[in-house]
Amino acid sequence: MIEVRNLQKSFGAQLVLDSVGFKIENGESVAIIGRSGSGKSVLLKHLIGLLQPDTGEVLIDGENIVPMNERQLLRVRRKFGMLFQSAALFDSMTVAENVAFGLRRHEHLTEAEIGRRVAGTLEMVDLPGTEDKQPAELSGGMRKRVGLARAIIYEPQIVLYDEPTTGLDPIVSDSIDQLILRVRDRLKVTTVVVTHDMRTARRVGQRVLMLHNKKIYANGTPDQIFDSLDPVVRQFVDGVADPKENLP
Amino acid sequence: MFSLSASKRVTAALAELGQITLLAREAAASLLKGRASWRDLLYQIYFIGVQSQSVVLITGAFTGMVLAAQTYLQFHKFKMDTTTLAVVSVAMCSELGPVLTALMVAGRVGAAMAAEIGTMRVTEQIDALRALATDPVDYLVVPRLVAAHVALPLLTVEVIVIGILGGYFVSVNLLDIEPTYLWANMLKYTHESDLIIGLIKAFIYGGVIALIGCYKGMTCRLGAEGVGQATTEAVVYASITILIANFFLTLVLGKLVSLL
Repeated sequence: MIEVRNLQKSFGAQLVLDSVGFKIENGESVAIIGRSGSGKSVLLKHLIGLLQPDTGEVLIDGENIVPMNERQLLRVRRKFGMLFQSAALFDSMTVAENVAFGLRRHEHLTEAEIGRRVAGTLEMVDLPGTEDKQPAELSGGMRKRVGLARAIIYEPQIVLYDEPTTGLDPIVSDSIDQLILRVRDRLKVTTVVVTHDMRTARRVGQRVLMLHNKKIYANGTPDQIFDSLDPVVRQFVDGVADPKENLP
Repeated sequence: MFSLSASKRVTAALAELGQITLLAREAAASLLKGRASWRDLLYQIYFIGVQSQSVVLITGAFTGMVLAAQTYLQFHKFKMDTTTLAVVSVAMCSELGPVLTALMVAGRVGAAMAAEIGTMRVTEQIDALRALATDPVDYLVVPRLVAAHVALPLLTVEVIVIGILGGYFVSVNLLDIEPTYLWANMLKYTHESDLIIGLIKAFIYGGVIALIGCYKGMTCRLGAEGVGQATTEAVVYASITILIANFFLTLVLGKLVSLL
């Protein structure tokens, strides 16, 4: 279970998150939505300890990770898989080496076993036979799939997605959404997706959290959020620009 | 105004020195616990050691040759031609060998380390490492640091040898110095301690290059400009540190060796 309590984070003088709190149950699938720059990715990185809050607690299975040092965090991070916005593939390695990275570092397997697991995971993300390709040869959608394969090969309990469909065309975005659902259902993982793509949020989230003005502004099922009459939620869901922002 | 800015700069420089020391401590702890992989270490030894050879050998050969020519021009006035190679040898062993090797490797390898790690930071690859439960110090810093400590002394030996051979070639073939006396004087005036001092210096400079290169990469500002600046600073800071450290190491090691 993931629990965030009273989280506050500033970069310099700029407050990004203020008194943020929520719970995510095991096996639950949650979409965190919000405008660009609202602090969604910053919040996601706090869940895995990549950023330290100014104040507040982040509990993973009841264990507060905020006071932990980098070494202690490494142990907790084995529970996580994370797909980065840019996929963050290691560009000096092939696809197979990228995908096998976590296995090679943390599990003592034979090369044959690693090869079998890599092939199986690439098959799961619909990229069979791409083991020997370099990241530079891949399209944006393929890079995300490889990034996801790398994140799930060691079968984590929680998978975090940072803007999984940003920069992809609607058809590829749809296939990534399906993949997120496939991973969730096959591996029975807790899923947290940060997105500003309403379609992704609706499809993959059993619950939607909306980040606005540095706080969790709305928290409900996709239907509750998408049918909300609250003007702030409505504006975001409908994708209507703030009239004041259109002034010259 | 000036003193405020100067004091800020001194504070920033001291803070940076502290950070590099902490990085060195973390790397040492990681090394002692054996968290680095042999595969990564061997690749880095190949990259730092094998691939730097042409650069440092050319540097060593031409430095030995020009040093021989210059020494001869001065010593010839006092009929001391046959001690030319002794000067080349002592200078190459204790000063020029380690310093020139380190400066060339700082330019080639220190810059590459800062650029590679800096790019990894900018493209979230460092965060990806951490998310994959891998400490960037174990994976990126330790293999580079150990490889530089191993490769620099080996490269320095090559530079010393090629420098002396270059000096010998110029002395005998271009300056017509009697080879037997030339060689005998070199052996007479070059002591084991000169070579030991040179190798200790090279070992230390390897650490300086790797630590500064890795630190600059891991702390670079985001964006292409940040990576460029980190790369430049890695080379400049490493080179300056090597030149300043060389002076103090010469004093300290010279004293230590004389006591033994």
